[in-house]
Amino acid sequence: MSQFLPDYIVNYLPDAIQLIYLIATAFFIRGLKLLGSPATARKGNQLAATGMLIGIIVTLFDQQIVSFEWIIIGVLIGSLIGIILAKKVAMTAMPELVAVFNGFGGGASALVAWGELSKYADPSVMEASGLVTTGLSIFIGALTLTGSFVAFGKLKGFISGKSITFPGFNFINIASMIGVVVLIGVFTYDPANQTIFWIILGLSLLIGITSVLPIGGADMPVVISLLNSYSGLAASMAGFVIGNNLLIVSGALVGAAGLILTQVMCKAMNRSLFNVVFGSFGGGSSSEKDSGSDGDKTVRETSAADLAIQVAYASKVVIVPGYGLAVAQAQHIIKEVATKLEERGVQVKYGIHPVAGRMPGHMNVLLAEADVPYDQLYDMDQINPEFASTDVVLVIGANDVVNPMAKTSPGSPIYGMPILNVDEAKRTIVFKRSLSFGYAGIDNPLFYTEKNQMFFGDAKKSLQALNEALSEV
Amino acid sequence: MSILIFSLFIFVLACFIGFELISKVPPTLHTPLMSGANAISGITIVGALIVTGGEGGLLTQILGVAAIIFATINVVGGFMVTDRMLEMFKKKGDDK
Repeated sequence: MSQFLPDYIVNYLPDAIQLIYLIATAFFIRGLKLLGSPATARKGNQLAATGMLIGIIVTLFDQQIVSFEWIIIGVLIGSLIGIILAKKVAMTAMPELVAVFNGFGGGASALVAWGELSKYADPSVMEASGLVTTGLSIFIGALTLTGSFVAFGKLKGFISGKSITFPGFNFINIASMIGVVVLIGVFTYDPANQTIFWIILGLSLLIGITSVLPIGGADMPVVISLLNSYSGLAASMAGFVIGNNLLIVSGALVGAAGLILTQVMCKAMNRSLFNVVFGSFGGGSSSEKDSGSDGDKTVRETSAADLAIQVAYASKVVIVPGYGLAVAQAQHIIKEVATKLEERGVQVKYGIHPVAGRMPGHMNVLLAEADVPYDQLYDMDQINPEFASTDVVLVIGANDVVNPMAKTSPGSPIYGMPILNVDEAKRTIVFKRSLSFGYAGIDNPLFYTEKNQMFFGDAKKSLQALNEALSEV
Repeated sequence: MSILIFSLFIFVLACFIGFELISKVPPTLHTPLMSGANAISGITIVGALIVTGGEGGLLTQILGVAAIIFATINVVGGFMVTDRMLEMFKKKGDDK
């Protein structure tokens, strides 16, 4: 758009653009900061979006940009698809959507680097640093693209959630990654060699697929978070390619953020990142089924009417929701039950395990959708000391995060994972369809303790029954 | 100081800011944060605009437009869906 401006402004334009980029960067940093507190998070997101808009508009004044037809077409198509996806998605499908958006972002960065490269009839005139970052941007961007879509497929169930692997798979993956890095080196010396470029691109796309396939469905959130970090890094590398500070800084911010989040998730599951990426856990492939304690396996069942009396006369009730609650779309009905209890003077709190739902914080979003105030939601560290003074714990659609084997059974695959200590409460009620195993594929001794009662059935129907029974107590 | 070294400087410093910004976030917000940060990574749209709007052959145009479409999906969808999530976070007693 610079051609529409008078010369005396155009002279200052490059510096002005950079300064406005700096403002956009400040918006991103401030936005990310505000995203860190529930009260300001929405404002933070809007601030970041404003920063993005500023960055896009000012870029249109860049003197390198001479034609706009394709830009307008591209932005229109992209916006339309983005708006439809964002409006249509169900909150339970959030992990899938983030995976998809992430894949597109990574793919875009790879395309930017490739597009820049394609401008040169003879790429040898590019600087070595430009060639290295082009290679890296295509590598990281392409593997983010395919990796994210495999993760999406696994979450959706298009691809088996089980670990798909064979002996030596990890070795081949690592060898391919080293191979790509070496090829990027070769490409830097001989950028005119088309064959090497295509091998880099093809191999990167393939690595994205083969490195996510062996990871079990339960670990997909960690993978998405890691890929989110990659897509930031890819954007940053693309920034190096075209010499754009805004891309470099924003990409680095996201890269660092994604890495921290990934660590938080791994910590919550007591797994190292290495173990997630190379361990092939979480798809039921574990051989450590604890079958030694088959002796006393009687469970006590409860009914809606009985349960209604128990909770109505309790002084403190803690609700532990899991992904099963969301699958059954029972968030709204649990809120109704909680409100009824509060009207009776019962203290109600929600204990949220860091990995409840399918992403850290996913359960908070699902409960927020049902208008549960966030100050009733307690983190694991806040709620654990309270179980000893709790009368009734309602465990709804959660399993592994309340499994005492994580504390008692060193042979168990979830041993060492921090759990909600619901067994310390006076009474636990587990809402479950059947006695089937959780994600980790192991039994849960909590079900067979004397303090525990099972309420079998679909979470939503069970809660509806409880809700009705409560009205009659 | 070459431009590359200068860029490397701001890259590393930005990484540190990213670590500091995120490390104190409560788990409640991890999902919206992941989604919001993801939308910011769509900043690559700026690169896509420069590549597409500049001089270049047919291949450059095709790659550029594809990059714009991909990045716009990431940006527009990402910020919108994050807002949709955060809109629902309410304190006790807040009005609808």
